[in-house]
Amino acid sequence: MSLNLRILVVEADQARVRDIVDALNAAGWSDVKALAQISALDRTVKEFAPDIVLIDLANPDRDTLEHISYATETEKRAVALFVDHTDENLTKAALNAGVSAYVVDGLTMNRIKPVLETAIARFKIMHQMRSELDAAKQALEDRKTIDRAKGILMRQRGLAEDAAYNLLRKAAMDQGRKVIDVAQALVTAADLLS
Amino acid sequence: MTNTLLNCGYVPLVDCAPLVIANELGFAAEQGLQLNLVRQPSWSALRDMLALGHLDAAQMLSPMPVAMSIGLGGLPAQIDTLMVLSVNGTVFGVSNALASQIGHIAFSDARALLKAIALHKGQRLRVGVPFHHSMHRLLLSYWTSAEPGLTVEEVTVPPPRMADAVGEGVVDAFWVGEPWGSVAVRRGVAQLMMTGRDVWQFAPEKVLAARHIWVEENGDITRKLMRAVFQASRWLDAKKNKPLAIEILGRSEHLSLSPDLIDPAVTGHIVPKLDDHPVEVDRFLQFHTNAASFPWRSQAAWIAHQLGADAKGLRQAKACFRSDLYRQNLAGIGADMPGASEKVEGSLRVETAVASSRGHMILAPDAFFDGRTFDYTSENG
Repeated sequence: MSLNLRILVVEADQARVRDIVDALNAAGWSDVKALAQISALDRTVKEFAPDIVLIDLANPDRDTLEHISYATETEKRAVALFVDHTDENLTKAALNAGVSAYVVDGLTMNRIKPVLETAIARFKIMHQMRSELDAAKQALEDRKTIDRAKGILMRQRGLAEDAAYNLLRKAAMDQGRKVIDVAQALVTAADLLS
Repeated sequence: MTNTLLNCGYVPLVDCAPLVIANELGFAAEQGLQLNLVRQPSWSALRDMLALGHLDAAQMLSPMPVAMSIGLGGLPAQIDTLMVLSVNGTVFGVSNALASQIGHIAFSDARALLKAIALHKGQRLRVGVPFHHSMHRLLLSYWTSAEPGLTVEEVTVPPPRMADAVGEGVVDAFWVGEPWGSVAVRRGVAQLMMTGRDVWQFAPEKVLAARHIWVEENGDITRKLMRAVFQASRWLDAKKNKPLAIEILGRSEHLSLSPDLIDPAVTGHIVPKLDDHPVEVDRFLQFHTNAASFPWRSQAAWIAHQLGADAKGLRQAKACFRSDLYRQNLAGIGADMPGASEKVEGSLRVETAVASSRGHMILAPDAFFDGRTFDYTSENG
């Protein structure tokens, strides 16, 4: 039975863990465990004996997980790094999605692959959501800065809001810079002079 | 003409300095290069990114290219060590609890420290190290193997979390690169007992690494990269430049460390215990002097031997420390080349003048704490 695999997900963020576990459950793997605390990793790996461990590529705890894979010497449960050259496309996809996986030695590729594909798809969505959120936050910050720059021009030069914005935009175009960069420079200069 | 952009991986520790300086002071630009320094969250991630070609070159722990080239660990790959980025620079510290158990031991006394630890913690000593394939771990096991009764449990802890780990009692001791030892002292959770030098006086710590195939295909860029880093290392080791180096590194977005945390490693003024006077450690961290950046093939052999390699592994290890490229690429810019590419590791107890291309090479002491020497030729049969 190909879906009979024990999967451990190491991730501190609860919402993200739920996302991955749900996705794996939905795809048919029921034996999925999530772990937030790296301090419990050693014991969990020994007791739960996962076939596959999934962890974010950016997680600093990867080195610890890897060490445990060296230290666990029982031949069946030796957790080995999956990201290798056996399937370059899958490896690349995993890396791009930001997921790394450790699997028990000797597991065949056709059993691992579907798990990885599910995880990759999930990680991709999460990363996309995160970058969308970051972009939204940045846009909000930018607007605040531009509003402050407009305010400075309105006060100092007695301009209307539209005219202030047009002046910013013209300065940006003339200098080949972005409006936000010009606005930022103006705000910084005003802060220094006040 | 635009500079060639190289993706260069690093981990934010004080000893990534040559890469930062190569960029900041224009040594890279002089060679027509721009280093895109890409911070890595872990050594495993850095290794994967390099092996799979997302990075062109990287700062690595010196055992990593050896381990990978002889097929150990998760991701075997042919990785070359182009040059050594730094020698020494690590510290060994103990928790306050262990410090009070073992009583007063002079700083740097590796033998007395080991005896005292074996006496009080013989059953189980938990030691935090940054990575399995690290010089920290190799020195730890070399040192503690002199006390066969002592059981050591190695725990991998990301360096920025080392102070927490010892403070929370997860580990009894740690072996870590700066600034994380000094951070633990300042938090009042640990006491530094010795530096890596007290176990091996001249240990290659970090190296500049790249994929073997990439090096073969990019000979010209490799030469430029090595030259830029060599010049940065030479600049860093000039005494008059140290205050400025601390300031530049302290301002660098690549490190995010305040200058007072960078100071101990660069000046060698290590504070072992909160409110103590600093101890002046000679050659605490070296980038250039005493042929520090030369990738000795015998260093690679020592590493491979500690990793349990056989004769074939020793040969592969030696081949991945590219002293040939070092000679070929750096001869034109004033690097003094030693007459040989191997030495009997551990045989120098004092500074020793040796034959070299420009005739003024002085090698630093490289003795091991137990006085043993390592001659790879005999290991190699």
